[in-house]
Amino acid sequence: MTRTQLGINESLTSFPDSAGHFGAFGGRFVSETLMGALDELTEAYDSLKADPAFLAELASDFEHYVGRSSPLYFAERLTERAGGAKIWLKREDLNHTGAHKINNCIGQALLARHMGKPRIIAETGAGQHGVASATVAARFGLKCTVYMGSEDIQRQSLNVYRMKLLGAEVVPVTSGSKTLKDALNEAMRDWVTNVDDTHYIIGTVAGPHPYPMIVRDFQSIIGREARQQFAERQGGLPDAVVACVGGGSNAMGIFYPFLEDSSVRLIGVEAGGDGVDSGRHAAPLNDGVVGVLHGNRTYLMQDPSGLIAETHSVSAGLDYPGVGPEHAWLKDIERAEYVAVSDDEALQAFRELNLLEGILPALESSHALAYATRLASEMASTQHIVVNLSGRGDKDIPTMAKIDGISIG
Amino acid sequence: MGRLSEVSLGLKDQNKKAFVAYVVAGDPHPDMTVQLMHRLVKSGVNIIELGVPFTDPEAEGPVIQAAHERALAHQVNLEAVLTMVARFRSEDAKTPVVLMGYLNPIERMGYKSFSQRAGDAGVDGLITVNLPPEEAGDLTEHLQTHGIDPIYLLAPTTNVERAQRICQASKGFVYYVSLKGTTGSGSLDVNAVQQKVNSLRDYAPLPLYVGFGIRDGETAGPIAAIADGVVVGSAIVALLADAEEQGSETVIQDVVNLTAEIRAALDASVS
Repeated sequence: MTRTQLGINESLTSFPDSAGHFGAFGGRFVSETLMGALDELTEAYDSLKADPAFLAELASDFEHYVGRSSPLYFAERLTERAGGAKIWLKREDLNHTGAHKINNCIGQALLARHMGKPRIIAETGAGQHGVASATVAARFGLKCTVYMGSEDIQRQSLNVYRMKLLGAEVVPVTSGSKTLKDALNEAMRDWVTNVDDTHYIIGTVAGPHPYPMIVRDFQSIIGREARQQFAERQGGLPDAVVACVGGGSNAMGIFYPFLEDSSVRLIGVEAGGDGVDSGRHAAPLNDGVVGVLHGNRTYLMQDPSGLIAETHSVSAGLDYPGVGPEHAWLKDIERAEYVAVSDDEALQAFRELNLLEGILPALESSHALAYATRLASEMASTQHIVVNLSGRGDKDIPTMAKIDGISIG
Repeated sequence: MGRLSEVSLGLKDQNKKAFVAYVVAGDPHPDMTVQLMHRLVKSGVNIIELGVPFTDPEAEGPVIQAAHERALAHQVNLEAVLTMVARFRSEDAKTPVVLMGYLNPIERMGYKSFSQRAGDAGVDGLITVNLPPEEAGDLTEHLQTHGIDPIYLLAPTTNVERAQRICQASKGFVYYVSLKGTTGSGSLDVNAVQQKVNSLRDYAPLPLYVGFGIRDGETAGPIAAIADGVVVGSAIVALLADAEEQGSETVIQDVVNLTAEIRAALDASVS
């Protein structure tokens, strides 16, 4: 399907359909035990999303707890160094807990409360979504269990301890590749077992319907704010919006309110690892094949016999073999473009933003910065790029120090 | 009528309980699988359910996850599984073989190509754990062309409307998952299973088999008294896990002892 093949009553923002399909992608591919819970969640969300009291609760917590709106910052020195289009940063790193993840967690915790579920579970890779989930669990008095690959627990000990301080139980996952995808499998298994009293907060725009839609809707506050802030500060619309894509929640959140603005280029930046040609990367939209994993149909890193491939990225948050189904669809209908940036380029962008703007970006967000800087240099100085600075990089300092050969015990 | 329906309906006609045994293809070693299948049949198993190894078996408990990993360590992919079925079939023309796996390897091979190759190899049924009937249209068509029965799971959380739809879409037998949870977890509440099974009878003309939580003769007996058959997986797979330490002949003998015990309990339930 291309843009022009959309039905008469379909706009780009009208997806998914009632079964969770974005064109050929998405859907609901789970074991039978979960079908009832997904129906219940869909029903609860459909009634709450139009409920003024629920929306007021959400808005209030966004403002007073998360600290929204987040600033749209004009990065003057980075713009100067790139030598082209003006670069603006949507400062999701300034949210409570330091990343965009909290937007979705607040929304889903409220959902859980309305559904009468006293316990939440979550999967986490780098630990950002785990921390955000543990945080909202504390805020709303819910029990919280976080599944985390044992490899990632080693790499992210700071966030593990932080989750424990927040009262969450952190369960190491030792199956498969012992990373994010396996944590997701284990969270699904918990949910299958404890479906009566437990809500599963998936952290990204993947998983079975209705998750890609729910997570996108809660994250789309990013794009709505950015669109309005840009109009107020600069007038009109930016020429391009750039965001990193792992599962793709921060990108979907900033893209969605711009989908119908056809003059705005939407660019998702995947983790190129050692380079897309090397095969050691996490860039399924650049180098993957369509398949089914974690409840939805999307582009996947897989081998010729359909087994899921191990991925690589310097950034744990992008180290995932799949991608949200709406991104897969936006790629196929050519509404969004998806590129990849290597570990080295991301590391350089990480250092540069520290030096030029005094901002410590997450390694995930550094992928978006690296591409935006390159893109800016090819654009005119009268043009504008908005970059989603999805998180701050405190959690990445040990990784950077290790790369630099510095011991920070 | 296909081999699977012939066996499942035949057993029901004779008032015999069906015994479905699950092992993961290639676990603990690819060389053992075909021999193990024959030994299962000899010890009283009626239908073999063969797990197709996958990197992300999200509905499995720890015992069967580990079996998937052991098989994958020997590069057992879908193509290798089909080869094993063909080898089994060359010596056993009667015992139905049902594959149980996840959608991605099938999708990667292509629905049409998979159905044809599986049919040629002698596969009789397919359980795709993460493919609900709502998404199964295209695959089902190809399966039926090649005489493979789609089998769906029913869960304690399945409502009446879905249960009806699933029973209509199923062929061969209907598989009731007796527990909320992954394979190998928890303990069975026989009364709850009985209630559910009785209510399913209203719209499931097919034989109704119960799986999850059955691990020996003692747990198989009461379930057999209310269902048409039982599915046993984790208890068998757990024995196979010791192959490296104990040697393959020892663990196969352990499995045979267990399956013989379960067979006896099933037969006793109708006597």
